[in-house]
Amino acid sequence: MDNYRVYLTGVGGQGTLLATTVLAEAAILAGHNAVASEVHGMAQRGGVVESSVMIGDIKSPIISDGEADVLLGFEPVETYRAMRKCSAVSVVVSNAVPIIHYDVAIGRGSYPDVEKLFDFIRCRVKQLVILGAQTLAKQAGALLAANIVMLGALARSGALPIPKEAFEGTIRTRTKARFVETNLRAFELGFATL
Amino acid sequence: MHPLLTEEVGKKLLLLGNEAIVRGALEAGVAFATTYPGTPASEIGDNFFRIAAESKLYFEYSTNEKVALETAAGAAVSGVRVMCSMKHVGLNVAADPLMTLAYVGVRGGMVIVTADDPSMFSSQNEQDNRFYAKLSNLPMLEPASPQEAKEMTGTAFGISEALELPVLLRTTTRLSHCRGIVTTESLTPPETRGTFEKESSRFVTVPANARVRHRVLLSQGEKARDMACASPFNTITGTGRWGIATSGVAYNYVADAINDLGIQDRVTVLKLGFTSPFPVKLAAGFIRSVDKILVVEELEPILEDNLKVTAQTNGLAVPIAGKGPELFSRLYEYDPGMVREVIAGFFELDYTPPRPVDIKEDPEAVRLPMRPPNLCAGCPHRATYYAVTSVLRETETEAVFPSDIGCYILGLLPPLQTADFVICMGSSVTSAAGISRATDKKVIAFIGDSTFFHSGITGLINAVHNKHNFMLVILDNGTTAMTGYQPHPGVEITPPGWDKPYVSIEAITRACGVEQVAVVNPINLGKTKAAITEALESNRLSVIVAKAPCPLYEASILGKKKKRVFVVGPDCNTDCTECIDTFGCPALYKNTSPDAKTTMIIDQSLCIGCGVCIQFCKKIRPKKV
Repeated sequence: MDNYRVYLTGVGGQGTLLATTVLAEAAILAGHNAVASEVHGMAQRGGVVESSVMIGDIKSPIISDGEADVLLGFEPVETYRAMRKCSAVSVVVSNAVPIIHYDVAIGRGSYPDVEKLFDFIRCRVKQLVILGAQTLAKQAGALLAANIVMLGALARSGALPIPKEAFEGTIRTRTKARFVETNLRAFELGFATL
Repeated sequence: MHPLLTEEVGKKLLLLGNEAIVRGALEAGVAFATTYPGTPASEIGDNFFRIAAESKLYFEYSTNEKVALETAAGAAVSGVRVMCSMKHVGLNVAADPLMTLAYVGVRGGMVIVTADDPSMFSSQNEQDNRFYAKLSNLPMLEPASPQEAKEMTGTAFGISEALELPVLLRTTTRLSHCRGIVTTESLTPPETRGTFEKESSRFVTVPANARVRHRVLLSQGEKARDMACASPFNTITGTGRWGIATSGVAYNYVADAINDLGIQDRVTVLKLGFTSPFPVKLAAGFIRSVDKILVVEELEPILEDNLKVTAQTNGLAVPIAGKGPELFSRLYEYDPGMVREVIAGFFELDYTPPRPVDIKEDPEAVRLPMRPPNLCAGCPHRATYYAVTSVLRETETEAVFPSDIGCYILGLLPPLQTADFVICMGSSVTSAAGISRATDKKVIAFIGDSTFFHSGITGLINAVHNKHNFMLVILDNGTTAMTGYQPHPGVEITPPGWDKPYVSIEAITRACGVEQVAVVNPINLGKTKAAITEALESNRLSVIVAKAPCPLYEASILGKKKKRVFVVGPDCNTDCTECIDTFGCPALYKNTSPDAKTTMIIDQSLCIGCGVCIQFCKKIRPKKV
């Protein structure tokens, strides 16, 4: 089979690490080999959290610039900042809801126009999918399920050889029991966005 | 049941490298484990902590790495299988026992995990701890994947017992924090009771004994070298005339690059997992079989130098290269693309690297706001820093701030800027002594509670005895917050099942001989500022214990919900932005919306209701429910 490299980026607290594990487990459930890498520790204190999942016959746990097949961005500026990981053949799935940077909050910077960021990305990659993950997560019953909404949209994009059922199976076994129903709803709402 | 305790054999688990090490230790029958937490090693201890609650395994968070290593050594010389884990700089703290423990050796298997941090994701340096194997003459294994981490941990226990020596297992952040499929084998029940059989000629290192033991160590080292030559973790694959030598995580990049470049039949790869003592015979055979060699290893040229020495002693003139211009750097971690490109260049292959999207080509290019880590909203450290900087501002006093290792190092960021000198655990107290002696500035040092227990106490005794004059602020948030809320001797809010005695930081400081000691709750700004003012005016060595629990930790243990949040009133409509200019809580931000009615806004999802800001700004008030 082909190999796939998925780069995930977001802000501490958005649940990107759970999404990373669910994605890797879903790939394994679908019969593939998977390797993932995470950043722990100081990097998480409100900073950018980056992780990656490799699916197929790949040993390296990280992704070099220009080599991501899929970019899953949990925050628009972070999606844009991570564009160096993409090339013309990448698929980008991004949340459209900003999390304001502290620089911006204290008036030392300004948050860029999200539409312009997406316009730049759209004409440089194979496919760009945008969704309002928090809105859908609220609809599913928990704002914190935005990470699972993102996985729903990723599943629907068809960019990876992982069937919907493998994601759902992993959500059932790998997320907290009392959140499973909410998470499955969140996944479904993300899946229905395209 | 803890997932790593599964009895199922042949089960495929997706494990972190650190979890794989724990599983490997459990399969090898580890009975005793110690650590001091530190990224990227922390999950090893954290898993043992949970496993000890439901098995016979003994585990402790020791007060520092030297204590952890010596405690583990005591169990190991009593015949018990032990694991001691720490981050790379932790081994500096434990280097003293390590060097001589190597002389006396152990009876039960002992594996010491050192987790290095190339690129310094969460560290103050990126030292290469492979040097410790050379320095101590102890065997070292370096896994490349979680599966290998599990297997090598088991092998390391075996080597340790065969040679009666501690064995070093070295990981890096990329291995410790990568997840891969690991297949379980059967668990070995831990033998928790040993016997200490006296043998003073071996275990008491007076010079006469140490001279004998050094000889023993070197002779065991030669046996280890033979084991390394025969180890299944040291392999030569391929028959091509181009040689690539590699070890650790870099092996993955090499393996992928060979596939990507399609040069499988042109290369021979020497992959080392049992890296020290250097397997000279195996390496000599490899050197003989190729025309030129590229060495791919992160950080220092250790494998490269070993190969060059081996080539020279064997009279081989094969070109060997690794570090250098257009080759590899001694800085930072590597990545697959970089390794592929250097391999292609070294063997003169046609290769076009992929073209990344470059946001600098964006005609609309804007300066992207940065997202540095920050002290959390409601963090009591911010309140303490604010109190200190306020008093200094009000009294027009300048001060130098030696700080220490922990979340609170983030005080270096504006607007607080309360960190001027940080080198290692405990250095706040001791460097404060030197700076205050050598300058005319006021010196206010900051140290966390866990760090104070780790290595602050001896420095404080030294300061009392040598009559140093500075203020030490102990930021006591009741947990080891930075590394994931591990307990320490001074915890009051404790994890479930905790039955250990509490050691009072205040009592220690008084027992050290400090006379000017105050304990304050930093959330109470007035009292905190008064204590700081008094300490400054006393003009002698003083300690302020700023004590308030980390809100994140408190919430995780007590499930505490926030009681109230705060809002700015309609009178916040001037150009005053003092709150963000001097306090800088991330919940406070400038209202930039076009129909803004107030200058500032408080983010209701971030505010935890600590109430520090209402003490310095009357325009902030509780939100009416």
